[in-house]
Amino acid sequence: MLTVNFLLLGAVLFCIGVYGVIARRNAVMVLMSVELILNAVNLNLVAFALMHGAADGQIFALYVIAVAAAEVGVGLAMVLLVYRNRRSIALDELSEMKG
Amino acid sequence: MSMLAAEGVSVAQNVGFGVIAAGMVFAALCVVTTSNVVHAALWLVLVLAGVAAQYILAAAEFVAVSQVLVYVGAVMVLFLFGIMLTRAQIGRERGLNNTTWALGIPVAVVLLGLLAWVIIDAFDDETLPDRGPAPTEAIADGVLSPYLVPFLAISFILLAAAVGAIVLARKD
Repeated sequence: MLTVNFLLLGAVLFCIGVYGVIARRNAVMVLMSVELILNAVNLNLVAFALMHGAADGQIFALYVIAVAAAEVGVGLAMVLLVYRNRRSIALDELSEMKG
Repeated sequence: MSMLAAEGVSVAQNVGFGVIAAGMVFAALCVVTTSNVVHAALWLVLVLAGVAAQYILAAAEFVAVSQVLVYVGAVMVLFLFGIMLTRAQIGRERGLNNTTWALGIPVAVVLLGLLAWVIIDAFDDETLPDRGPAPTEAIADGVLSPYLVPFLAISFILLAAAVGAIVLARKD
């Protein structure tokens, strides 16, 4: 298999995730786009692990999966709190701290 | 760059990769463009399952199983609960995008062009070696000796995140 295949797939997923983070207004959708970005990074790490024949990349990928799970848990709890206080999770309405 | 004809490239493996990759890219595009939040979550399941399949193609079976357990199992349930708890109606919804959403397209396209150029420049015809599945033993050895400190840090992060999520989301 060509290395470029995996890396290009990772790049495409990453860019789609970046577009989602920029374009989406709903906080849950933004979190989903962040998941796309993290998975793109994991694909690259696993491809590099295969390339070098070492398990290190897979270990990093596992750590990223763990951190992503923690991030989603806290992120959704915060979204829930925002929804409870304001009855809306539109990110552009959260502008009190703009200064 | 020769996608299929390079030395040491298995055509069947490449075709499998291409089919799964095309499905993943389509599903990912649906995640960021659909106007139904629940459908976006279900498309995301397809992307995450596709990533797990690619891990198996890349001979990383332990990571693939973890991906299925953590992402497809736990994180997606969390997302669906998040959607249900923050939305009154299920169905198509207006106003999911920012007014400046079109700005994201040039940003993503330019970023993709840059990344693709760098990647193709660096790894033009390099093939991944055909190693067979990596032993899970090697992962265990790595986690428990050179990467032990990050492993402990991860356990603290998970504990802090669990406690923090409960504190944030509880009602009193």
